[in-house]
Order: sequence, then structure tokens, then C-alpha cells
Amino acid sequence: MTLLRGRGYASVNYPTGMNLGGDPSQAIIHATTMGGFVVTLSSVDLGQGLKTVVAQCAAETLGIPMENVIIDTADTDTGPHCMGTFASRGTHRVGNAVIMAAREAREVMLQVAADELEVDAGDLETDGTGFVRLKGSPATKIHISDIALAAHFKQGKSISGRGIFLKERSYPVPETGEMDPDSCQAHACTVAEVEVDDETGIVTVLRMYNTYEIGRALNPAMVAQQVEGGAWMGVSHAIFESTEPYYPASRAHGPIDFCEYLMPGPAEIPVQTSVILERPASNGPFGAKGIGEMTANAPIPAIANAIFDACGVRLTTMPFTPESVLRGLDALRAA
Amino acid sequence: MAKINPIDPDYFKDERAAPGFKVIGTTVPRSDALGHVTGRTEFFEDRTFPNLAHLKIHRSPHHHALIDSVDTSHAEQTPGVLRVLTYKDVPANWYGVLRLIGIGPDDEPVLAEDRVIYKGEPIVAVVADSEAAALEGASRVRVSYTELPAVLDVEEAMSPDAPIIKRAGTNYFVYEGHHSRRIRFGDVEAGFARADHVFDWRYSSAPIEHAPTETTGCIVVPQSNGRLLIHSNTQAAFFTLDNTALIINRAPTDLQVKGGTVGGGFGGKVDVMVEPLACIAATLTNRPVKFVYTREEEMQVSSPRAAERIYIKDGVLSDGRIVARKIMLYVDAGAYARHSPYGATKAAAHLPGPYTIPNVHADCHCVYTNRTPSSAMRGFGVTIADFAIESQMDRIARALDLDPLEFRLRNAYRDGDLKAHRKVASGTALIEVIQRAAELVGHELPEEYRAMSSTTPRGAQA
Repeated sequence: MTLLRGRGYASVNYPTGMNLGGDPSQAIIHATTMGGFVVTLSSVDLGQGLKTVVAQCAAETLGIPMENVIIDTADTDTGPHCMGTFASRGTHRVGNAVIMAAREAREVMLQVAADELEVDAGDLETDGTGFVRLKGSPATKIHISDIALAAHFKQGKSISGRGIFLKERSYPVPETGEMDPDSCQAHACTVAEVEVDDETGIVTVLRMYNTYEIGRALNPAMVAQQVEGGAWMGVSHAIFESTEPYYPASRAHGPIDFCEYLMPGPAEIPVQTSVILERPASNGPFGAKGIGEMTANAPIPAIANAIFDACGVRLTTMPFTPESVLRGLDALRAA
Repeated sequence: MAKINPIDPDYFKDERAAPGFKVIGTTVPRSDALGHVTGRTEFFEDRTFPNLAHLKIHRSPHHHALIDSVDTSHAEQTPGVLRVLTYKDVPANWYGVLRLIGIGPDDEPVLAEDRVIYKGEPIVAVVADSEAAALEGASRVRVSYTELPAVLDVEEAMSPDAPIIKRAGTNYFVYEGHHSRRIRFGDVEAGFARADHVFDWRYSSAPIEHAPTETTGCIVVPQSNGRLLIHSNTQAAFFTLDNTALIINRAPTDLQVKGGTVGGGFGGKVDVMVEPLACIAATLTNRPVKFVYTREEEMQVSSPRAAERIYIKDGVLSDGRIVARKIMLYVDAGAYARHSPYGATKAAAHLPGPYTIPNVHADCHCVYTNRTPSSAMRGFGVTIADFAIESQMDRIARALDLDPLEFRLRNAYRDGDLKAHRKVASGTALIEVIQRAAELVGHELPEEYRAMSSTTPRGAQA
């Protein structure tokens, strides 16, 4: 038995959004009596952190602390339309809609503050801690809770805003495929290091190095989480998963539970190193691109190429099972 | 601290200057993390309702068969069974989820009528007091069939002598008169003629399950005002609402979808599979109805990631420039379209990968077979194509004895390049991620390759 080691590379890009249906999302923001800001959506957070990043977008744009932002979402009676959470679109589309709504609400907030302070709204700024203050004269300030109370009970104004993202629908030209389906492209290069056991055919992914260009990291730890969680899925797709292990020859042998449908456990997770580059997208929220889907992509060919580097077997069918590795090694020996 | 802040600020310095952000770019804790790790997050199944009824499905055991008769009498007599539903109970039984954006035809029945075209296709729904009674009732449905030959291979399905399994008359989705979503850019045959080397290889994949922790499901609760409240783990609340309203022929204002907490989506919860039948059952029984997939249904009946077969033929010059790429791509959509026509178009827009190739020809086929319908999954249309393209790049580099990263850098797209779908590239950064990855693993690149830049037009550099 020999443990053979190899290294493989893959570089990819991935589109943000897919506007064959126009791909819209909306947001509504309003202030509560004491200066909470409710961002109302119908978008679904799948666990990737959409609610958190759009709250950051709202807080940044309004110029208020995160604690003052409430996300109310995924109720079709109250939330405005969102196309859905897919196509790496959530951060980009919903983020843009929230920024647009927050700008409108901010304008009203500053006007209410200006009337309270008896200054010009154009001379005001937010300090991010909850105060609106006069530029160059920070002692002249008012807290957002006082602004909201004044709006509600004194000035009779609704501090609110509406936002929508819509990219004009693109119809592909049937003859040539000419189209404009996406908003921007994120990029990645993954290097995988594997070990192949030439007796059992088992492939172990030892290390992965991920370099991503994602526009702007709105929340760096959540970026790392998405990159490394996605890489786990890539490892799983590459060497473990299928609902039809003998596709297309046989429809039989389909797994029906997690005892038969194998995925990497803690022992099979490679050591990961991730580096993020930022090249802000002109149309992204603060420059952000979507990377929700692509993080599973580059690991798969990087692992295939590393397996070849390790043992000379070129696997062209996913997943790269021990059986396929052993058959490849047998063919090499026979040649 | 790399996991908390992995950003390398030395790239694109001029463009990334952050104008005094206070919240953006900081690590704010995920809002749902505390609930998840303490087990307090409320998923749709955590809700309990008095008189909750359960819905289970009787499914086809055959890949392809005519239905001769359906006998539901034993199911109806099963203790605890409240109601048995067939296609006759579904007001608009034929649907296609993409009709909301004008893509047709409506090719799928909610419940099978005169035939089944995949193993696991739903035929009868049984609503009962308990999950056990619903399962028992579903097992007592008697269906007699005449089996038909099944088509289980994408290229066999495309051949002229294959049995036609779709009522629209072709075993593939028709893109404005074409049998595939096409890319035609430059002259690929002239490119091959000019090439020093031609490489022609095949890649394929098997179907993959989304494997969410929480299976697809919903609970529909009739409201005192006559509306239906749908607690769902859908990835797209209005998409689910609008499609459900069309299928059950109710005003959209009669429905309310509440969701937003999903125990794993990955594209597996955008197909609108459970809500319409649960709404019909809730209306007919006037009880809350729960319809949730078992793990077996999630693995074998819910849409997987499509299996694909991809042929790539490349023409390459001796110096490593790719001058022509021809791709034949087959998406195994299984029995029904669902989101697959869109996925094949997304694949087409992605080709020929992140490289600038002057001659590109691609046919991306959305093919129907007698398999579980595939549909959206993370990286839809792109994941398997990237496996094929990047394996191809590695093989060509080895065949020509080129460094694998230098070969990619030489062909990498840059700002201003025209892509094969005739969109001008902007905001590109493939060169930089490759350079940074090389640095990360100590892979030495010659100065010529270290000096490359996505922002320098192709003509200005080698």
C-alpha cells in the first residue's frame, strides 16, 4: 500500500444574479416611535446570513447603530416582493433595495432633525452611534430616538423609504446566444492537496487554499464561513455524493438516508486557508458581488486534478469514488 | 485571525478604498446564530396545531407507464383517513413553475393523470388524522399499469428513434425553435484549422441531492376569514404563493406565506412541490394540513442537481493560446422541466469559462428522460461545467508541458474582452486570484505572469 500525494488547481468565475425574469427585490423601511428602523422584506435567509448583511447595509446607509435595525421578513402579507433566495442574488439584489429604501428614509430623518435643530438638512451628518449632528459643530446634535418622537408626535412625518432592485430583463438571441444575464462576476482560484490510497482507492483531501475576489466583503467572517462551508460541499460533491451511484447505466442503488448517502464528517474536512480580494462592483451594494453558489465549484476540478497529480488517474465522471480510482489504477497497470 | 478577516488589502487598492465605513466590512455576528446553536430557532415543523392532519403520497413504481385504473376505495376505508385526492381535485393540474416569467409549456401534472413518466411520480394524495394512517392509506391505493419503454440516457433521448416521453412532442426543451440554447461566436471550425493541437474529451456527473437537514415541507392552516396561512420552508415566498394560487385557482390574496427559516436550501426548496396539495387538502377538510417529505422522498423524489454530460473540443496553439472551443452540453432534466431550461441557459452564458477564446460554439441541451425531475441547485448550470472546463485546462497544460497556472493566466479574460455571449467583460479579477493563489502555495510564476493585470487591455500585454 502506498499513500500518493498530489496537488491540483482550478480557477473559475461566477455570475451574480440571473435576470432572465428581471430578477427584482423590494424593501420598505420605517422608523418606530423611539428610533428603531424596521426593514420589511419577503426575502428568505437560508442560513447564509442575508438578514445580517442587509441589516448592515441599512445601518451603514442610515448612519445608525446595528442595534437600531430590525429585519422583518418572509411574510407575504407584510413584506414587499422578493424573487427568492437563489442565483447568488440575495446580498446583491436585496442589499441594493435596502440601500435605496434607507437613503429615502435617511433623507426624511435628516429633514426632521434639521427642523428640530433649526439648521439646514444639508449641513447634517450621522455619527454612527445614534446621533445626527451639525458638520463642524458636533455639540449641535440630536439622537435618533428624539428625531423619531418628533416625527411621530410633533412634525407629523413618516420616516420611511421604499427601495427596489430591478435589472432590465434580457432575452437571449436564439441564433447566437447574445444576452446580458448577470450583474457582475466573482472570481476564485482553489488549490487542493490530496492523498490517494492505491490499495483502497480512497481519496483524502488534506488541504485547500481558496483565493476569492468578491467585490466587497460586507462581513468578513461570514465571507470566510461561506467560502469554507462551500468548499466542504465541493469536497462532498467531488468524492462522496450521488443519488444514483451507477448513473446512467442503472437507476437502482439509490440511497434513501444518510447511512447510505455519504458526506464528509469532521474527520474528512481538509485544513483550509482562505484569502479574499476586493474589486468592488459598480452596481453592487457597497461593491459586493454574490458568492453564495460558486464556493462549491472550484474545489471539484481542483480535487480531480490533484488526484491525477497524485496517481496518474484522470477521473472524468463525478463523484470520484474509491471504485473509480481503483479501476483507473488497474487500467494504468494494464497499459 | 484569518477566519475573522481574510482580506488582502494589497490588490485593487485604488478601487477598494472604503470611504469611512462604520458597519460595512466589520464582523457583525450572524443574527440567527444564537438561536441555531441553542436549539431555539423555530422551524415550520416546530409549530403545533390542534386537529393537524397529515398528507402522504402514493407514487409510481415505474419509470414510464400508462395508468389503466386507480382504485382509492381501500385507501378511503382506512381508519383515520379523511380524504383521498386525485388529479380531479386539483383545479389547474398542469403547471410549470417558470410560467411566472413567461416560460412554458406547462408540462407537469401536480398529480398524474393517464400516465407516469418517472419512478416516484405522485398519483394519489391521502389526508389522514395521523402520519401513520396517511401512510397506511397511501399504501392501500391500487393502480394498474401498462409499462412502456423507459428512456434513461440523455443522448439516447435525443436520438430520432427514441420513444417520445413528453406530450409536447420532443424529449428536449425547445429554445425558440432550437433544440438547445446556442452560443455562436466567431468561426470555431476556422479556429480548429488554425490550431496546432486539438483536444476532444468527455466529462459527466451523476445526480446529487441537496441533502438539507430539514426536508421540504409546509403546514397550511385555514383561517377564520377563509384565507389559507401557509407556513413553509420555501426559498422564495412570493414564487410559492403565486404558483400555488394558479394551481389551486384561488385569488393570490386568499393566501399568505410565512417562512424565512430554512434548515438547508441549496436550491432544493424553490420547486413548489408541497404547498398546492396541502392547500387543497386544508380547504377540503377545513383542518390544518402538514405535508412534509420523508428523508427517502427528499433523496429519491425531490429534484436533485442534474446529471450532466459535457464534450469539450479545444483548438490550441503551441504557445498555449486557445483559439477555438466547442462544447456539447447535456443536462438530464429528468421527466419535467421545472427550472432546468433556465439552468441550461445559465450554462450557455457561462461558456467557455473565464477565458477569452475568439471562436466558441456551444449547444446546451435540456433533455427529458424517465428520471426524477432535476431542478435548481447551488451553482445551477455552472458547477458541472466548471468541473469539465478546469479538468480540460489541466489536461491540455500537461499535454503541452505548460505550467497549469501560466496556461490559465495566458488565456484569462480581462476588462474589455468580449465574452462569447457578446457581453463586454468588466470588473474581472481572474488573473489576480490565480497570482494570489500561486503566492499562497509557493508556486513560482515568471515575472511575465506576475506582471499581468486584469485591468490592462489584452493588446497591451503579451
